Formats: sequence, structure tokens, C-alpha cells
Amino acid sequence: MTAIVFYFQVHQPFRLRRYSFFDIGNHHDYFDDAENARIVRRVAEKCYVPMTSLLRRLVGEFGDRFRFAFSISGTALDQLERWAPDALDGFKALAATGCVEFLAETSHHSLACLYDEEEFRSQVRAHARRVQQCFGALPTAFRNTELVCSNRIARLAEELGMRGILGEGADHLLGWRSPHHVYRPETCERIKLLLRSYRLADDIAFRFSNRAWNGWPLTADKFAHWLHTAAEGSDLVGLFMDFETFGEHQWADTGIFDFFSHLPAALLRDGSFHFATPGEVIASSDPVARMDIPHPVSWADAERDLTAWLGNAMQRSASEALYALAPAARRAATAGRPDLLEAWRRLTTSDHVYYMCTKWFSDGDVHKYFSPFASPHDAFITFMNVLDDVARGLAPFAQTGEEAAPARGHLSGPQAAPDFARA
Amino acid sequence: MKVLMLGWEFPPHISGGLGTACHGLTSGLAQQGVEVTFVLPRRHGDEAASHLRLVGCNEIALPDSAAAAPASAHASAALADPLRRRLLAQASRSLRLSSEPTLLSAYMSASEYRARWRESSARSGGSADLVWQELWTSLLALPDLAPSAGALARNLGCGDSMHLSGHYGPDLMLEVGRYAAAVAAMAQSEPFDLIHAHDWMTYPAGLVAAALTGRPLVAHVHASEFDRSGDTQDERIRELERVGLCAASRVICVSHYTAGIVARSYGVPAARLRVAHNAVAQRVDEGLPREKAIDEPIVLFLGRVTFQKGPDYFVEAAARVAQVHPRVKFVMVGNGDMWAQMVERAARLGLARNFHFTGFLRGAEVDRIYRMADVFVMPSVSEPFGISPLEAIARGVPVIVSRQSGVSEVLQNALKADFWDVQDLADKMLALLRHAALREELLEGGRGEIRGMRWEQTAARVRSIYDEVLSIAPPRRGEAAA
Repeated sequence: MTAIVFYFQVHQPFRLRRYSFFDIGNHHDYFDDAENARIVRRVAEKCYVPMTSLLRRLVGEFGDRFRFAFSISGTALDQLERWAPDALDGFKALAATGCVEFLAETSHHSLACLYDEEEFRSQVRAHARRVQQCFGALPTAFRNTELVCSNRIARLAEELGMRGILGEGADHLLGWRSPHHVYRPETCERIKLLLRSYRLADDIAFRFSNRAWNGWPLTADKFAHWLHTAAEGSDLVGLFMDFETFGEHQWADTGIFDFFSHLPAALLRDGSFHFATPGEVIASSDPVARMDIPHPVSWADAERDLTAWLGNAMQRSASEALYALAPAARRAATAGRPDLLEAWRRLTTSDHVYYMCTKWFSDGDVHKYFSPFASPHDAFITFMNVLDDVARGLAPFAQTGEEAAPARGHLSGPQAAPDFARA
Repeated sequence: MKVLMLGWEFPPHISGGLGTACHGLTSGLAQQGVEVTFVLPRRHGDEAASHLRLVGCNEIALPDSAAAAPASAHASAALADPLRRRLLAQASRSLRLSSEPTLLSAYMSASEYRARWRESSARSGGSADLVWQELWTSLLALPDLAPSAGALARNLGCGDSMHLSGHYGPDLMLEVGRYAAAVAAMAQSEPFDLIHAHDWMTYPAGLVAAALTGRPLVAHVHASEFDRSGDTQDERIRELERVGLCAASRVICVSHYTAGIVARSYGVPAARLRVAHNAVAQRVDEGLPREKAIDEPIVLFLGRVTFQKGPDYFVEAAARVAQVHPRVKFVMVGNGDMWAQMVERAARLGLARNFHFTGFLRGAEVDRIYRMADVFVMPSVSEPFGISPLEAIARGVPVIVSRQSGVSEVLQNALKADFWDVQDLADKMLALLRHAALREELLEGGRGEIRGMRWEQTAARVRSIYDEVLSIAPPRRGEAAA
């Protein structure tokens, strides 16, 4: 029997307010609470609350035959606690059914794995503890931010005790191989790799409401038929997607809730599929082969690489400046200023560099849709201003020779090097 | 396709972006197979015009009455159209008020304007009024118009050809009338499919030619009186714009921003408004070496120092930047009626050491200042298009542009601010000065964008507007029978 593995991602970043150069040193009020509250409440109303209640109803109907997983970022948990406790209750009620697995990720939805392994480990451990507190079980399967995975990242997760890691079933990774089996990343000993079956997952997440798509309208029976064709006899089908697909990306009037409510019955009908969580597949299936992932692969855009976050000079320089502050931020926390570490960590949320992406000038409007800024350049300017202020707060905790002031101005030309940050 | 194009300037004799745009557009149209006859107030002979036929009013051979007579019947038919008659009557009425010579000058304050108004009224003794009255009275004496156009033009000019300066001097309104008369005289002997008139100076000529020949008129707006003068607009120019734009079959604007102004200010229906963004013929210099004798970063303003260009907002933003970083230099290149005021304001703000006013620069000097600059700012209050930021990027300088500009619609790789938000302008100047990555990104992306802004594309768009106009216009004389 083939396992259908649904995993839903829940994430909200702490978006920055407009923070100008003239705010630096004057106030440390970086995050737009009003806007963040507004968005999380809207998403709770349109998606989290109705979809968790639909899932509860389905679990009630099918009992433990209907199973799935969530990964909820730490920043999303913070926001749900503060601004949408009813939605958080919905997730907790699902946890109580025993049919849901909660995955490990970085607490701040960061790309720390690429810059600072110590920070990566801290964030994963912090998040695991948080998940245990909230939902009662310590996670054993890991999904990295934006499903970014590589041999090295899998190895880091393995060292943290994770038994499985989720990744993108990218064509350039798989070649002729199927995403519907369990693999083991090269250089790893124990950890198992579950891949996203991106065509099938995106049929729901991206194409569901697209009337120009020849699959439209998508019904539960049609989707079940496609699953039979694509994956019968395989180990698993990884249907990994943003939870916001339901009601937020695909609005209720597209029929997405109705579609999903019919899906379990359609898939369970003839006995060739069963639902399972990532942990269950990891426990029951062995890797069919090794998978070599020398370069990080993500689930974003056509390229499935890191270019949405680190594709241009602004994104790279912002990230480098950010992670240069990691040691000082950690020392600040040890020295009694955990607030400084938390402010810095909120800046590690990958959304901030995503807003600086310039690919969408040619790459469609997906990025724009998610950005609170008028342009990627505005996103960069605001981020760097905030980072500058954070750096000032962290300066007392920097060691000699360490980069504490990130936004070093330097003009082209050999002599011109005004240093605004330290002026 | 043959187009009678009416314009006021052509490179190298240009005072602003209009001539450059006319050159770029006609080059693109030539590639589209459009034959353009371009009428200028005055032809100097050194224009870059190998791709079209350039005619100066000074070389229009004025037909005698008898020779022009055969066109008369057709003209009468064209003028029998009630709409056309109504518009011409309107234009005539409004223009009869125009006894004063125009004082249009980019570099004048309101008080200077009033002073020169008095002075020049006395000097010209209402000669412009005479021109207009003769012109429009003749036009309205309908069946007799065609034979009289040549005689009229001859009367208005001083002999067998028209003598126009083509400048924007105090006699501008007079010249606009003479230009219209010359075009009227010429229009009947030249076969063409439509008339394309650039900016208000040529709208009367366009109207006259359209009325005489029955060919459709396309009006092109590169700048409106609102952009040039804000709250101190010249009512006569407004009226010429209104009449010309409302009578045209289609109005082409250089941006959506301008189309919005035209719709609001003149009530041109949206169905007749079209947008064709300007392009840039500027070569993109890769890795142009910076040439800088001083260490300090330079923020550049380059443009006329007038209300429209927002130099005062530049100075106020500069003051905020200088507070944070006293070493930054601000260079204001250009002249204009606000120049002295800006020098004084900068001094009063304690920026004497930060500010450098170079006055008007040309060619090689402009290139040099671009090579020295680190940031270019165009804080225009109202900019129909604004080509200078594209030139800055092409020369390796990242830009900040005001959102009240047409160029901000087509340029993604620029920082954008509302012209009045000096705090935001300052913030963005600082960001560009501080972050090499931001400068690199804007330049790299901007160069790519500029390479894609080709006059061929603008011309293709204009060509499609021509096709649209011709599909609804009556066939050309002689073609209906064929």
C-alpha cells in the first residue's frame, strides 16, 4: 500500500515597519505589530480556523485512518498565541487526536544552516522544545525552511537526532528516479529522505483554481485517479504544501474546502492507499538508494534553488551582515539580554530576504504577492536600517575584531569610504 | 504610410527632451516603413535627419492663390463636418484673446513674468493678435479658405517664405500662429495619411491642416502646461492644449501619469487617450571608470532649476543627509528661475560647503559630472516622462526618481519617493550612499531595463495607433475612387 503523506506548512514572519535611517538609534520598534496582527487574524479567519475544523471533522469521520503532519514555525506560534489564540486551539485540538505529527524546523524560519551551524542547531532545538510544550510530542522528522535540503543539511539534522528529513522532489535531483520512494542523502548514516511529489502537490496548491489549466476543475475523484496513475505500488506520495493553500491562496469560493473534504474517502476507497505521517513512513520504509544533494535544493520557483533568497547582491550582503552578528547576539543573551537575541533572530526569518528578490521583475508576480514592500530595494533599505540599530545594541557584546556594525558604507573608488554606521 | 509630423525642435537644436524624443520616434517609425515629413519652425541644415524629410517653415514655398485653388472643394467638404467646425470656432474664439505675446520661458518666476509681460505687450503692439485674427477669420470663411491660406501665410511672413526663430521667446505665440499658417499653406500640396502634432505649439497647425485636408489628427503630449507651471499656468496655452487635444482623433501621452493629467485637466475621454512611453537612445556604458578627484561622495541634481524639477526638495533632503554625514557633496547642474533662490536656501541651511552650483553644463562636462557622481536624484514635482534618470543609469549612476514621473512607470531599478517627502528622499540618498550592494543591484538591473527601452518599440506602438486612427478615418483623397 502506498502512503499518502500530507504535510502542511504554517508560517508567519514578523514583518518590519517602515524604519528609516533617521530612526536608527532613536527607537527599537522594528516590527509592525498592527500589520502582523491584522494578517495573522485574517489568515486565521480564512484558513487556520476553518481548515483545522474541517480536518477535525475528517479525523472524526475516518478515525486514525486519516493522518497528516504540520510544521508550524516558532514565529507563527508566537503570533497565534498573541493574536489568534482560537486558531492555536484548533491546532492543539488536532494534536490531541493522535492523528497528527508535528515536524521540527528552525524556530525562526531561517536559513541559518547556510551561514552559522551553531545558530541552526540552537534554533532547531529551541523549536523542538516549543513543539513539545505546545503539542505534547518531541518531533523526530525535520523540514528545513522552504524545504531547503542538501547532503550537509541532512547531516546536520541527523546529528541533531532527526530520523527523517523532508526535501523537494526536484527534477534535476531525481533524473529518471521517482520521488515516490524513500532515499538516504549521501554522507548520512541513518536519516531518511522523503521527497515532495511536486506535480501532484502543486495541482492542489497552485493550480486548483486556475481555469486555464486543463485539469480544471479538480475533483477528489479526479485527483485520486491521478494518484493511482502516478504512484500506485510506490512507497509514498509526499503532498507537502503551505497550509495557507486552503482558504488564503485558494479562496473558499474556489471550492478548495469542498475538494479536500471529499479527498480522504476518494483516496481510501479501493484500498491501494493509506494515510501516514512522515514519522510513520520513516519507521516503516527503507531507503531504496542514496541521493546525492551537493547543492541546496528548495521548493521555490522554477529553479528550485536558493536564488529567491540569495540570488542578488542585496540579499547576499544583507545575509552576510546579519549572520556576522550571530556571536554577539548569543553573548548578549547569555549576559542577560535575551531580548536582543530575539530581535536579531526575528531578522533571520527568510521572508525578509525573500522580499528583496528581484527575480519577479521577470519571474511573474509570486514574490510580489507576499511582499509588504513597494519594491525589493525598499525591503533591503528597511532591513539594513533595522539591522544597523540591532548592531548598535549588540556592540557592547561584540569581541574585538568582530563585525558588530554591519552596514559599513563604502563608495566606489579607492579612497572614498565614508562609514556611516560608525559616524 | 505617409505622416505629416509637426514639431518645434529637432537635434541638435534642442532645449529639452522634446527634440530628442522626436528624433528617436521618427527613427523608429522609419524602420516601421512610415514616411515622415517633419515640419519645423526653422531648419538649420545640420539636423540629424537622414531618415526623414525635414522641412523648415523658412523653406516652405508659399503657393499663390490660383495654384492652391483645386484643393478648395475638398477642404470645404472636410469643413462641412459640424464637429470640426465647432472646434475651429472654439479655437478661434479662445485665440482671439491672445493679444499678448507669450512669455513662456522655463526660467521665469511669477514676478519676472508680470514685468516682462508689460514690457513685451508694449513692444509688439499686438502683432500676435493680428496674426491669430487673420488666421482664424480666414479659416472660418470656409469655402474660401484654401486659396487664402497661401496669401495669408505670405502676409504673415515677410515675403515669399516664413521667418520663424523656433525659439521659446516672447514672440512664441506669434510664431505659433505663423507656423500654423505655413503648415496650412503646405498641407494642401503634400499628400499624407495623417497629421501627428507634438505639444501645444503645433496643435493650431495640426488643427488647420486637419480641417483643410480632412486627414485625422494625432496629438502627442510630451509635457502639459500643468507640468511646466503648476499653479501659475498660462491660460492661453491651456486653451490651445484643450482645443487641440479635444479635437484630435487620438491623444498619445508619454506616460500613464501624463494621460491622467490630460484626462483630468482637459476632459479628453479615456477612449481617445493612448500611452506610448519614451525610449532612450543612450548607449549603455559598462564599467565606465569613475573619475573623481575628491574623496567625498557626490549626490547629483541635473536639470532645469525650475518649479517643475523640484530643486527645492533636493536642497531640503540634502540638509537632512548632511546632518548625518557632513562630507557628502551635493551638485546642482542647470539653470533656471529658481537658481538664485536655491543658492540662498542652501547657504541659509548651512550647506555652503556641501553644495556646488555649476550652472548649465554641456556635452563633455555633463559626461564628467556623471563619472563623478554616486547618486542621481530627479525630485520632479510633475514629470511627464523624464529621460535624465535613464541617461544617469546608462552612465553608471544609480537613481532616485519621484513617483510623480512617467519614467517611474517603466523603470523598476530605481528608488522611488514622493517629491514632497524630503525625509524619504534623504533616507534613500543615504541608503544608496551606504550600500554598495544596492547600487550594484540598481545599476545592473537598470542597464538591462534600458537596453530593452528601444525607440523601435515606441514607434511600433505609435504605428499601431496610426493604424487604429486610419481604420476609422475616411480614405485619402483620390483613394476612394480607386
